[in-house]
Amino acid sequence: MARLESAGAELRARVPDSVSSVTETVVRSRHSALVRVTHWITTLCFFALLITGIEILISHPRFYWGETGNVLTTPLFKLPIPSSRALVPTGYGYVLRDQNGWSRYLHFQAAWVAVLTGLLYVVSGLLTGHFRKDLLPGKGDRSLRTLWAAFAKNLRFQRPSEAETWSYNVLQRLTYLFVIFILFPLVIWTGLAMSPAFASVIPATVTWLGGQQSARTIHFFVSVALVLFLLVHVVMVFVAGFWSRMRAMITGRAGTDREGT
Amino acid sequence: MSDFSRRKWIKAGVAATAGLAGLGAAARIAQRYGLIPPDHGGIYGLGETLTYGSHRLLTRHSLAREFRPSQISKPPMANEMAPLNDAYKRLQAGGFADWRLFVNGMVDRPASFSLAQLKSYPSRSQITQLACEEGWSYIAEWIGAPLSHVLSLVGVQPQARYVAYFSIDSNWWDSIDMADALHPQTFLAYGMNGGELPVGNGGPLRMRVPRQLGYKNVKFITKLTVTDSLKGFGKGLGSASPEAGYAWYAGI
Repeated sequence: MARLESAGAELRARVPDSVSSVTETVVRSRHSALVRVTHWITTLCFFALLITGIEILISHPRFYWGETGNVLTTPLFKLPIPSSRALVPTGYGYVLRDQNGWSRYLHFQAAWVAVLTGLLYVVSGLLTGHFRKDLLPGKGDRSLRTLWAAFAKNLRFQRPSEAETWSYNVLQRLTYLFVIFILFPLVIWTGLAMSPAFASVIPATVTWLGGQQSARTIHFFVSVALVLFLLVHVVMVFVAGFWSRMRAMITGRAGTDREGT
Repeated sequence: MSDFSRRKWIKAGVAATAGLAGLGAAARIAQRYGLIPPDHGGIYGLGETLTYGSHRLLTRHSLAREFRPSQISKPPMANEMAPLNDAYKRLQAGGFADWRLFVNGMVDRPASFSLAQLKSYPSRSQITQLACEEGWSYIAEWIGAPLSHVLSLVGVQPQARYVAYFSIDSNWWDSIDMADALHPQTFLAYGMNGGELPVGNGGPLRMRVPRQLGYKNVKFITKLTVTDSLKGFGKGLGSASPEAGYAWYAGI
């Protein structure tokens, strides 16, 4: 009995230690587990959507405005690339292989995973205050002057300060909010607008955009904007320190490169 | 193995079992309500099932968008197509007078119809868009007999779940579920833009399913088979499309 009690005392004595170390890692986690997991699922889906999107696009690299468009109508513009269909006049003497079958299957599957992941992220972000705390610019930062300062710093490819290891700067915050709440919803909307079945349920999905071909054209431009975001995003990760930022998004641990490995 | 990790494993096991049982139950319910497409297998089965299932729940009573006569695409678009076979050319030489549409399978009165017979039924027209999976599209007026009318003439049996349809080009066949087969805009189209249906657009007879993409609108239709299962057709994936790598359901 005495031995048991002393064992219990020993256990209790250890508790504070382990608790404090647990809290410490929780507090010191740069990105929550949910943010990290949804970030990488989204990354995977984005690449799947991008590659398959390009494959589908190659079958008709022409863009139109309004309801309809085909090889007999004047395009808004066309991409100077070869096509995977013989019917499309591209100026190239050859036709690429048709990859639309698996591309379409994978495009929609990746879209489902991306949209469900995005929903999980947005709902939890609202519930946990992630958007309010981490993405909405702080009260002191809501001025053009701070925005310009952050912008100028980025233009000079300056290594971010220690504070930015733990929190986003105002330009980052606004960019992420724009991508999450403007570009992603737009790309989903314009994607759905190209579905004749979905448009049969909610015709306004298409008519508000000016027609099915307009939806396709906007879908293309929003995708281009997302690719530009991705490029800048990756460049910035390199400027800030590739391994420290990758470690923060994979394990949650933050810190500078000098601090540890 | 410590107590802690054993508890974790047991928890994970229970969660996984519950999850699998839940998925199994969901699959059975989905199957019963016709929410599983015939090409649900394979690595893309999840996305395909989510798309088809959600569309079936959403589109139960929806109508494809219709357009004004002024929106009809001029000139009309005709896609590239495989060379016409000899059987087609013989019928074409005879002005399609001998073209027959055979209807068999799970029907009370298997029958065949001439074009003249089909044209004698109340004709309907719709100005709808035909969108190709490649990205291009056109709007045309389609004239024809609603498939539901022809099906009512032969008497579809209650256990029927799909209508498979076959082109005179034996490489080309497809199928739709009863929701689409009985849909008021699903036509056996024999006319376009006020005239006969041009050969390039599938004349003399084309399946028109305006809530799905172009490739479901099979040209040169000669046979319909009503069935409760698509397993016995081709490779059992529902149409020639999945056999060529394309989705069976083409609502998007």
